[in-house]
Amino acid sequence: MAHTGDHYYVPHGSHWPIVASVALTIGVVGAANWFNGNASGQMLLLLGLALVAFMMFGWFGTVINESLKGMYNEQVDRSFRQGMMWFIFSEVMFFAAFFGALFYARVLSVPWLMGADFSTHEYLWKGFGEAWPTNGPGNVGGDFQNMGAWGIPAINTLLLLTSGVTITLSHWALKANDQKNTVLWLAATVALGATFLGFQVYEYVHAYHELNLTLGSGIYGSTFFMLTGFHGMHVTIGTIMLLVITLRAAKGHFSPDHHFAFEGVAWYWHFVDVVWLGLFIFVYVI
Amino acid sequence: MSTATATHDEHHDHGPAKGLMRWVTTTNHKDIGTLYLLFALVMFFIGGAMAMVIRAELFQPGMQVVDPQFFNSMTTVHALVMIFGAVMPAFTGLANWLIPMMIGAPDMALPRMNNFSFWILPFAFSLLLSTFFMNGGGPAGGWTIYPPLSLQMGDGFPFMIFAIHLAGISSIMGSINIVVTILNMRAPGMTLMKMPLFVWTWLITAYLLIATMPVLAGAVTMLLTDKFAGTSFFSAAGGGDPVMYQHIFWFFGHPEVYILILPAFGIVSAIVPTFARKPLFGYSSMVYATASIAFLSFIVWAHHMFTVGMPVVGELFFMYATMMIAVPTGVKVFNWVSTMWKGSMTFETPMLFAVGFIIMFTIGGFSGLMLAIAPADFQYHDTYFVVAHFHYVLVTGAVYSIMAAAYYWLPKWTGNMYDEKLGKMHFWISTVSVNVLFFPQHFLGLAGMPRRIPDYSVQFTDWNVISSIGGFVFGASQLMFAYLVYKTIRGGEKATDQVWEGAHGLEWTLPSPPPYHSFTEAPEVK
Amino acid sequence: MRKLAGILSALLVGAFTSANADYALNMREGVTSTSQSVYDLHMIIFWVCCVIGVVVFGAMIYSIINHRKSKGAVAAQFHESTTMEILWTVVPIVILVSMAIPATSTLLAMEDTSDADMTVKVTGIQWKWKYDYVDGDASGISMISSLDAKHNEARLLGADADLSQFGDNYLMEVDNPLVIPTGKKVRFLLTAADVIHSWWVPDLGWKKDAIPGFVNEAWTKVDEPGVYRGKCAELCGKDHGFMPIVVVAKAPEDYAKWVAEQKSVAEAAAASADREWTKDELLAKGEQVYNTNCAACHQANGKGVPPAFPALAGSAIANGDAAAHISLVLDGKAGTAMAAYRNLLNDADLAAVISYERNAWGNSAGIVQPAAIKAAR
Ligand code: HEA
Ligand code: HEA
Ligand code: HEC
Ligand code: CUA
Ligand SMILES: [Cu+2]
Repeated sequence: MAHTGDHYYVPHGSHWPIVASVALTIGVVGAANWFNGNASGQMLLLLGLALVAFMMFGWFGTVINESLKGMYNEQVDRSFRQGMMWFIFSEVMFFAAFFGALFYARVLSVPWLMGADFSTHEYLWKGFGEAWPTNGPGNVGGDFQNMGAWGIPAINTLLLLTSGVTITLSHWALKANDQKNTVLWLAATVALGATFLGFQVYEYVHAYHELNLTLGSGIYGSTFFMLTGFHGMHVTIGTIMLLVITLRAAKGHFSPDHHFAFEGVAWYWHFVDVVWLGLFIFVYVI
Repeated sequence: MSTATATHDEHHDHGPAKGLMRWVTTTNHKDIGTLYLLFALVMFFIGGAMAMVIRAELFQPGMQVVDPQFFNSMTTVHALVMIFGAVMPAFTGLANWLIPMMIGAPDMALPRMNNFSFWILPFAFSLLLSTFFMNGGGPAGGWTIYPPLSLQMGDGFPFMIFAIHLAGISSIMGSINIVVTILNMRAPGMTLMKMPLFVWTWLITAYLLIATMPVLAGAVTMLLTDKFAGTSFFSAAGGGDPVMYQHIFWFFGHPEVYILILPAFGIVSAIVPTFARKPLFGYSSMVYATASIAFLSFIVWAHHMFTVGMPVVGELFFMYATMMIAVPTGVKVFNWVSTMWKGSMTFETPMLFAVGFIIMFTIGGFSGLMLAIAPADFQYHDTYFVVAHFHYVLVTGAVYSIMAAAYYWLPKWTGNMYDEKLGKMHFWISTVSVNVLFFPQHFLGLAGMPRRIPDYSVQFTDWNVISSIGGFVFGASQLMFAYLVYKTIRGGEKATDQVWEGAHGLEWTLPSPPPYHSFTEAPEVK
Repeated sequence: MRKLAGILSALLVGAFTSANADYALNMREGVTSTSQSVYDLHMIIFWVCCVIGVVVFGAMIYSIINHRKSKGAVAAQFHESTTMEILWTVVPIVILVSMAIPATSTLLAMEDTSDADMTVKVTGIQWKWKYDYVDGDASGISMISSLDAKHNEARLLGADADLSQFGDNYLMEVDNPLVIPTGKKVRFLLTAADVIHSWWVPDLGWKKDAIPGFVNEAWTKVDEPGVYRGKCAELCGKDHGFMPIVVVAKAPEDYAKWVAEQKSVAEAAAASADREWTKDELLAKGEQVYNTNCAACHQANGKGVPPAFPALAGSAIANGDAAAHISLVLDGKAGTAMAAYRNLLNDADLAAVISYERNAWGNSAGIVQPAAIKAAR
């Protein structure tokens, strides 16, 4: 049967998914052992991650090849797009859980501990009167200073906002069939993402060494590091994905009207951007 | 919409690959559907075996069979296996088999990811079950894994958490695939409001899953960091709150129970019209009711937490919102009854299970409504009354619908008729015993027996004995089902394409069994 | 087959006659106005559901009997009726609203803990309850209430236990019941030391969770003197099923007598904490404290249940530096089941139990005086 563009492409059996399952399992078994204090865990975790990377190369490589061979018609393209959209939505909900924790602590549990709920304060935490940011009545993790908004975080906000612009410029260039500018603007986006990450690493070092602000600094430290940490992880993944499509753009993989990978990554990047804005406002500013 | 037809790369013919690797590497929706269904059946027996341990220990007062810690882990893992390992994969298996056939598509939209969604599951559940062999034993903090208790678990703790993560990833990918398939792969002319209700209910279920599974992932991640990374999400000393976990968990957990019932509504809405030989009454109101239930399910979560000491306005809000769910659910029940009304009914096994579903699910719904009344829930909460409630909606609800679906579509899937006599016997023995099993639990709960206890006061003996006997009979009768499925796969009277006289819909236009690729050319939908 | 049936029926008969069989069907009405209004609510909803059930199932069964193909029924083809749809949306809403009204007023009354005559603080601990009388005449009385020793023995015996000796109250008996006066509004403050528990006495009409780090409030007013039993209602680990609650309501005079008694006992205990204890005294007291407070985890023989609960026999801490041992028991170990006993036991009890641990089961590490605990606090 011919593989023209007007048929929905249903692939042949593939061994990548089972490789992926095995890789993930090895990774989590490693991580679990590591958490339990078994030295072998870290090696296993690394092995799992390496296998995941290998699997991604293989799986995405196959998909790219098929795409270049023209096996995907418009409908297949639409499936990919919708799939990506719903994936991003699921990521949004993942962050929602952590934002929910932040709001719950700030609006409910900390005020209760401080006396909004009379008996709790009166009978258990009489001395506690510290508003946000707080490490709780147990002074968990010791005194700390919170992270100001207007230094590095503000710069990082600008960086990410700018990167949202550069990736859009790249997209416009791609639509105008201007390969040189597509690649250029993409590279700029990668650079901005990487700079963001660099600053964030610096910020973390600063927090741990100078502010005594750690994951263990009560609810403030918990929400601060989990939110910014998961965000940072997503920026890392996003930057890697950007790097990949930069290389692919340089190889001429994308045409003005056929570039799902580009758009998928761009959406993802915008999502990371929007989450950051939420973070900036609710974690740093307010 | 462009035409939905299939094509393959050159080296590929139309049959499946041979041998074991066919199942490992397959991208075919029917193969994957079969895998899901078999996996679910195996998990049902594993979870059921644990339930038998529970019922054996509770057969008499006094500790006879297991020690208390192991009892708690039986309760916990029984629930996790049944919900995440049996019922959800069974529904996903049905979705895989049926949705492409019902909407006239060649396959699922993202076939390789489909394989991935399935194959994570055996690994996830192996991890979960492996914790039994670790220091400290299996999870024993209840399926809701409330901290701080759940943080006391031994070495198995991170394995359990990661097992939940993996199962969650599987569900999210499976759901994305279903949403995309439904929105993007319908045959020309298959408008949204022509879709069979099974497709509709799954579409909405998939949204619920995509929206809530990540929240569960977040909650268990916080448990993990509270235990290993020194965070204080659920500890008051650090400014957190153990109850915060419950809010996050039930924000997932309540929609989850509708995830376990909406596809069941779809199945029953397919079966009742067939055997009443009459179109479904109130199709569009069924669609809107499903959507309303899904919407409401996001704003009722704290009805599981009436006793945690919420501010009273919160209790009132969640009570009112929960009561509202009775309205759209009632619409569904009334529509089914109206569909049967003035029909020309016959009662083959699928119809028996569907009718059983309607009656017993409604009984479970009634007890749910009683639980929703906050002041009364102060008495019901965490007693066997709650256990009775959710087994009525889960076992005689979700599981019954799955049984009904299996009987209804087995002839289509295998090309062979099942053994009607055996099927009817299975239904009647199950239905009598399941009520002997779960109905007395209402009385136990009202009399004051808490749930999750391995031993009880002598006053609760009688109903526990009866319940356990019902449980053993119900468990044993499921062996009939397994045998029947096996027998049908092996052979039997050949089924026609339409199978049932009153059946309508695209899947019945295909041969029985359907070709490996359902619709290589998009069918005409009027 | 016949043999099997024989065994089964023997089992059945045996089970039914062995106990004071009562096939309780319904919720208890209880002994407070709250429990009465909850019971009334329960019955209203129950009957409403029954009526709806009769209508819905009635229609269905009528249809099943009459509209079947074998009776020659021919299928009608109607499949819509807006009137009907509106009807069966509106009618349930009306029913629900009329149920919500009494529910709301009951709830508001239950949550109103103001104007209480006295306050008791309840602390859930794996697997026992601690009661502190916070104000009024009884102020200062404090006790730990755990499963009665006889019952505990029986449940550890497993299949060999003879439960008939306990009558109906197997697992429902404690060493120190909570005593409250009748006719008084008693406010409860509920919290927990380790994990979440839930304090529930059905006859009082409610349960409320005891959450570590937070305090919940509830109240009751019992009019009839009597003994009311309940259980912990939130899964709290291994022995969740063995954490009963007994409330004894006494007429005000009897209550006053009880208070006076407790006070003198407490005074004696306080005085004894200030003096030097002999080793024998410490060990004897210690064994008793150990068995009610620590044995659930570390076991009476000190061997624990590794890995969950460590053995104390031969343990480094119990044989090592006394200060480390004291501080571990005072502060517990965060993130494990080992709770902080700082506020749960008094100086004398702590000194006794620690001394016992350091000298029992082959340990030999000297004794600890109450004064040392006082200093370490
Ligand atoms: C398939 C799963 C499923 C379904 C569908 C439901 C449906 C409902 N559930 Fe249930 N529920 C569970 C699974 C489910 N539940 C589980 C697993 C738990 C325990 C979790 C745990 O703690 O481990 C639980 C616990 C639970 C609680 C907490 C109890 C407690 O712990 O104290 C509550 C409280 O409100 C509740 C309420 C309801 C309500 C109001 C519905 C409604 O959706 C029911 C609506 C249906 C009807 C009412 C019947 C049909 C309607 C009519 C015929 C119309 C007319 C009727 C009237 C106007 C009355 N459920
Ligand atoms: C879809 C979900 C689902 C399903 C299908 C079931 C099915 C069953 N459940 Fe369960 N159950 C839950 C979900 C489910 N349950 C949940 C969520 C909880 C709460 C957990 C918690 O508190 O954390 C719970 C808790 C729970 C309890 C309360 C435990 C406690 O509080 O301590 C009990 C007690 O009777 C029970 C019993 C049963 C029984 C007898 C079945 C039967 O229907 C099972 C029948 C099936 C089989 C028996 C398997 C098939 C046959 C064999 C294996 C062959 C061997 C058979 C014999 C030798 C007889 N379940
Ligand atoms: C609910 C269970 C529980 C109860 C009750 C309990 N403990 Fe423990 N205890 C533990 C656990 C769990 C540990 C291990 C903590 C850890 O991981 O280091 C422990 C550790 C200890 C240790 C240190 C042992 C060692 O060698 O590490 C001592 C001493 C101890 N407990 C004393 C007591 C005393 C005294 C009491 C009663 C007053 C008591 N425990 C009651 C659970 C309990
Ligand atoms: Cu304490 Cu259950
Ligand atoms: Cu719910």
